[in-house]
Amino acid sequence: MLGSNVSISGLSKSFGDFKALKDVSLEIKKGEFFSLLGPSGCGKTTLLRLIAGFEDPDSGLVSIDGRDVTGLPPDKRRCNTVFQSYALFPHLTVFENVAFPLRIRKTPGKKVRELVKRHLDLVQLEKHADKKPSQLSGGQKQRVAIARALINEPSVLLLDEPLSALDAKLRQHMLVELDSIHDEVGITFIYVTHDQAEALSVSDRIAVMDGGKILQVGSPQDIYENPKAEFVARFIGDTNLFSGKVVSFSNGISLVQDERIGAIKVEAGNEAPEGSWVSVAVRPEKIRISLAPPAEAGPLGNVVKGMVDEPIYSGFQSKYYVRTPGGGHLVVFRQHAQWSEGVPDIKWKDEVWLSWSARDAVVVEASGTSIAPVVSGDSLDE
Amino acid sequence: MSRRKVPSFSDAVFWTVVVFLFMPLFVLLLYSFNASKGGTFTGFSLVWYERLFFGSDQLWKAFGKSVSIALGSASLATFLGTLAAVGTSRYKFFGKGYVQAMSFVPMILPEIVMGVSLLVFFAGLGLKLGMATILIAHTTFNIPFVYLLVSARLEEFDSSVIEAARDLGANEMQTLLKVIVPMIVPGILSGWLTAVTLSLEDFVITFFVAGPGSTTLPLYIYSAIRFGVSPVINALSVVMVVGTVLLVYPSRRFLKAFAAGA
Repeated sequence: MLGSNVSISGLSKSFGDFKALKDVSLEIKKGEFFSLLGPSGCGKTTLLRLIAGFEDPDSGLVSIDGRDVTGLPPDKRRCNTVFQSYALFPHLTVFENVAFPLRIRKTPGKKVRELVKRHLDLVQLEKHADKKPSQLSGGQKQRVAIARALINEPSVLLLDEPLSALDAKLRQHMLVELDSIHDEVGITFIYVTHDQAEALSVSDRIAVMDGGKILQVGSPQDIYENPKAEFVARFIGDTNLFSGKVVSFSNGISLVQDERIGAIKVEAGNEAPEGSWVSVAVRPEKIRISLAPPAEAGPLGNVVKGMVDEPIYSGFQSKYYVRTPGGGHLVVFRQHAQWSEGVPDIKWKDEVWLSWSARDAVVVEASGTSIAPVVSGDSLDE
Repeated sequence: MSRRKVPSFSDAVFWTVVVFLFMPLFVLLLYSFNASKGGTFTGFSLVWYERLFFGSDQLWKAFGKSVSIALGSASLATFLGTLAAVGTSRYKFFGKGYVQAMSFVPMILPEIVMGVSLLVFFAGLGLKLGMATILIAHTTFNIPFVYLLVSARLEEFDSSVIEAARDLGANEMQTLLKVIVPMIVPGILSGWLTAVTLSLEDFVITFFVAGPGSTTLPLYIYSAIRFGVSPVINALSVVMVVGTVLLVYPSRRFLKAFAAGA
């Protein structure tokens, strides 16, 4: 059962002048929970629709279970889709919605009842079989859509932002449920989302997309801890990005000269040789914040002084925006694990010390030339 | 709790409209029960109803023709108009914009122009005027109404439902019959009802394209009235008003219930 389930090679698609997908290749393994993550307009939905067969690619191939399905209509592909808008048939009951694919194939009535019951049980809707979709809540509608998409026993389930129409609490709940449905049916799930938290929490692997291209494919940990592009670092979680020229390199430690923060130690091996320009990311939770200077920096330690610009308290942690004398801005998370031990509170306008290890800094982009890389000012409010 | 207000301007307008709309109907109702033929009410009687139901063979023949043309042309127009609406909303094809723009023309064209042009057209083709030409003419002017009503219904539904049907294994035909048509049934039904009504009451166009032996009810009434208003016509009008109300009211309720369930 191992091996590639969905294989995409050199896929491109344009809508008029807009290039939605640019030469995308991807291998998705059997049984994987695979997420396509990116801001709106990045091409993730187009990619999904090309896999489903709702659109035909301008060039490239899609194959499912080793069979080339490029150009085949959706009903000839072993994959089914859960739509963002649920797309339930309003004139049919929940039972008949789920039974629809079976009725099309003229399955005998006894078999239909048996299969529909099993799938309604799977999504815990057995009690609502006789209701019309208009009598269901959003979460229930989504479950009907999932049961209906699974009843054909597809090899791949495609989910197009299935939770985006639900409120935050319900979304969390449905996400866990989706994960357990995935465990139970064991087929490949391809999940399109713009919500990085959703993707991180349930995926086996994630493909981060932007501008019609896949920027990085990897496990959630990979994507979060070792982003391979500035965009990935910015899009997934909060991040601090530094960029500058590597002024020295010794014992595996590169010294990067950021014009606002100053010299920063980065343990990056061969990725940042002397003379190259690099972008470096440090996650906010890797940075310690304190009112007193840290005891000793050591050979891997980075220490920066700054002033709290904006403290944001959110219960289990606080987020601090800190401004350095050079005009740099840093984001820091502090967990409130020791709150009861009387650790001093850090307030607005406090002078603080920030420290982090060179090991926690990741080179996200590097160029051998001496021209500074263009720092994109992408909005991340998606 | 609240005291009666002095009638305002909008109240006055409201009641004036009500009176002008319903007063003539009321007068009609009253005179259909008049014992004498004249303009003065001389006493209650059902004589004109008796004459209507038992002594008006010509009228009922005309009525039968009207009904068969109405049902026939409405059904034809509903079939063609629905397919046209589904076609223009689902597919891209050469001349689509033209079809959409032209679909309005029969609605805004003066009936007399349409009547004359159809007459010239039929004459050019050498078609003998009669039931067939009326049927064609009525179908022609009914198609746009069905088309618009069905299109409106199609526009408001989520196209991903169609994609879902295809995704779940339905081919084009199954998608049309099992998903699209059931979802636009209210549009189709109201289109059909509108078409029946328009066909039943049409006079001008029918007048041009009718031939010997194809006198519809409006044509019959018109010719009867030329020799003075017969109270039989009053009685017929009352029967028709009652009939229409009885027909339309349940269908409206059905459509509302359907819309609520959808």
